[in-house]
Amino acid sequence: MEKMVFGRYLPMDSLVHRLDSRAKLLFVFVYVAIVFLANNVVTYGVLALFTLLAIFLSKINLRFLIAGLKPVLWLIIFTFVLHIFLTKQGDLLWKAGWIEIYEGGLKQGAFISMRFLLLIFMTSLLTLTTSPISITDGLESLLKPFKKMKLPVHELALMMSISLRFIPTLMDETEKIMKAQMARGADFSSGPIKERIKAMIPLLIPLFVSAFKRAEDLATAMEARGYSGGEGRTKYRLLKWTAKDTAVLLVLVLLAFVLFYLRS
Amino acid sequence: MDIQLQEVDYHYAAGTPFERKALHHVSFTIPSGTYLAIIGHTGSGKSTILQHLNALLQPTNGQVRIGDRTISADKKEKNLKDVRRRVGIVFQFPEHQLFEETVEKDICYGPMNFGVSEAEAKQRAKQVIRQVGLSEDMLKKSPFDLSGGQMRRVAIAGVLAMEPEVIVLDEPTAGLDPRGRTEMMEMFATLHKERNLSTILVTHSMEDAALYADEMVIMHQGKVYQKGKPRELFSKREELFQLGLSVPEVVRFQHRFEEESGIKLGKTCLTTNELVEQLQTVYKRGEDQ
Repeated sequence: MEKMVFGRYLPMDSLVHRLDSRAKLLFVFVYVAIVFLANNVVTYGVLALFTLLAIFLSKINLRFLIAGLKPVLWLIIFTFVLHIFLTKQGDLLWKAGWIEIYEGGLKQGAFISMRFLLLIFMTSLLTLTTSPISITDGLESLLKPFKKMKLPVHELALMMSISLRFIPTLMDETEKIMKAQMARGADFSSGPIKERIKAMIPLLIPLFVSAFKRAEDLATAMEARGYSGGEGRTKYRLLKWTAKDTAVLLVLVLLAFVLFYLRS
Repeated sequence: MDIQLQEVDYHYAAGTPFERKALHHVSFTIPSGTYLAIIGHTGSGKSTILQHLNALLQPTNGQVRIGDRTISADKKEKNLKDVRRRVGIVFQFPEHQLFEETVEKDICYGPMNFGVSEAEAKQRAKQVIRQVGLSEDMLKKSPFDLSGGQMRRVAIAGVLAMEPEVIVLDEPTAGLDPRGRTEMMEMFATLHKERNLSTILVTHSMEDAALYADEMVIMHQGKVYQKGKPRELFSKREELFQLGLSVPEVVRFQHRFEEESGIKLGKTCLTTNELVEQLQTVYKRGEDQ
């Protein structure tokens, strides 16, 4: 679990770290859509360069980012292989028995894997450069218009910030309980699947019990400090939109146009 | 069973930007039958050491010898059950590890993982529940209906039921009331003597270390700062203060007494009884003159 990069925050100081979280959220949102515009070598090349530039600007070690890909790598390889065998377009390159590999399959496979990679890099970059708290603040602020449609924006944001806050705490607790049960002879990592699932019970029950207790304590503590819902609250952390944020979004729009122009 | 740490290094999250060095060249031996206290500031690496004692963590460098097993950095360890059975660890707030429907089942969980038959495990449950100071009719209750202190006792009983040869305690009395604390510590001391266990106690309480331990290790920033007898280490009051640690109340009183009266007592006293004795001799000497 220690090696997982997904969803973690690396506190550093860089251009990307200093951007407004709303800008970054919008950016990733639009970027995810834009990635689907690419459909040939040139457009994928442009996207890859753009993504590398973003990583460079965030000062995050590329090697570290790649190491964190390991859990998703299997998925990427799997789709790649599926495409090679199942897409039957273009020229036939190779044939052995019932296995036929077509040029189109190879190309499609490479493109789809590339798309995966780009998406994962950019979304990891968002969480790596933005603290969970500012992500929630950003989301709350972006969702505000939906309040008119009776969406409980404040409550959603509150739940999200509480969940984010407790992810590391719960991870620590999971590890602690796991170790305590291992010290009592539990075996989480070997044996047949049925046994392994059964071995999870001594881990899951204490985790749920303590989550319930924690929720109760937290609710009491919040009430004692005068929390009574979202009405009439002021904000401690204020988001600040600067020229840089506008610039980043403009660059993204520009990228979209370039891709649109270059796609075949 | 002897436990020996040789030049143990441990790094958390090795090879990532989150890497943190927790232990640095830690070496010491715990001979069979010793009562060892490990003290040190929060974050000095005490709890990390403790997890090496039954191979929950594997050293990044160096090796740990537990009985006839050697756990070293380069080898993937398999089949650690034997080690885990012989070294029982009571973690901080062990009540969080309870999960079964009844106290009895929960106590039996450990022994049965190590291949003890159900009948035998139940027999042991009956025995240990009394050892931790609860009555037998507790066995049929759900662990979640108990009070915090009772849950703690049940959790400890679950570890004792494994009949370990070495018992490792990570602040077993944290969050208990004064009476619960004394009872608990006395229970471990009795067990230690009766069953000839090795006991390793990680604690912030200098009183407990002074009262029960034969040997003491002081940890500081991931290194062993000093190892020795409690009497000898607690007489170095100034040094301990510099590490942000303190000495037991009795030692503090003695120091104050010596400073204000100008009379030196024969030795550093670790218990009230010793101090009373020493003060009586001083008093008698005064009478004789």
